[in-house]
Amino acid sequence: MDDNVQNIVVLAHLSSLQKSVAFISSFTRRLGFDSRRLSEIELCVEEVLVNIFNYAYPGESGEVKISCRTGPEGTLTIEIMDSGIPFNILSSDDPDISLNIDERHIGGLGIYFVRQLMDRVEYRRENNKNILSLINNSAAVSRTVEK
Amino acid sequence: MEINKKKEKDVLVISVSGRIDAVTAPDFEKNLSESIAAGEKNFLIKMNQLEYISSAGLRSILSIAKVLKTKEGKMVFSELHGPVKDVFKISGFGSIFTIYDTEEDALKQF
Repeated sequence: MDDNVQNIVVLAHLSSLQKSVAFISSFTRRLGFDSRRLSEIELCVEEVLVNIFNYAYPGESGEVKISCRTGPEGTLTIEIMDSGIPFNILSSDDPDISLNIDERHIGGLGIYFVRQLMDRVEYRRENNKNILSLINNSAAVSRTVEK
Repeated sequence: MEINKKKEKDVLVISVSGRIDAVTAPDFEKNLSESIAAGEKNFLIKMNQLEYISSAGLRSILSIAKVLKTKEGKMVFSELHGPVKDVFKISGFGSIFTIYDTEEDALKQF
């Protein structure tokens, strides 16, 4: 088996969260990222998955495939695929984070985190599947970039 | 996630440890709602042992804060660190809530 690619398929349900995050962590923690970056990656994966668990398969059950791979330059790509209703997280509006407690709306933050924290996010709809790629520069590159 | 509560005069000090994610956030919210129902109005959330929080946790915090506001209550935070501090910062929660470095500093504000 190719060590640079690993996949897992889970039920699109909140009960799969822990297993999915553990799968991601076991892949990413050997790539040299610092603990802060590892935590950010974990956060973004949770946000994407929970969104799928909650909204992709209304009234029915479904699956999510998560795939991790490293590219030639040490780039980490996490691909999250579901066969649920079409949804492109890149097309949603950012929440207004300057509002106070009364005005602040509940929601939209998870997707905002993903767009803010990942180096690159790509979405495509292919064969009736949503495919979201979270792309991160290698640990060596991210260390030199001040965020 | 684990929640410990103690009373300091009229402030309920809530120490939350571990992770507040989409799985545990509903328990966190329910726990605090029960304290509000029991008449508590002043909350200090101690986060020195909290390792991780996602948007689900922030959602719970915001919804509790909105309820407290209608009851003229108050919720402040202390000892944020690491990823939790970062998440508060990028979400803007660091600006809408008051955060103290120590429990002592926080308690003085009530």
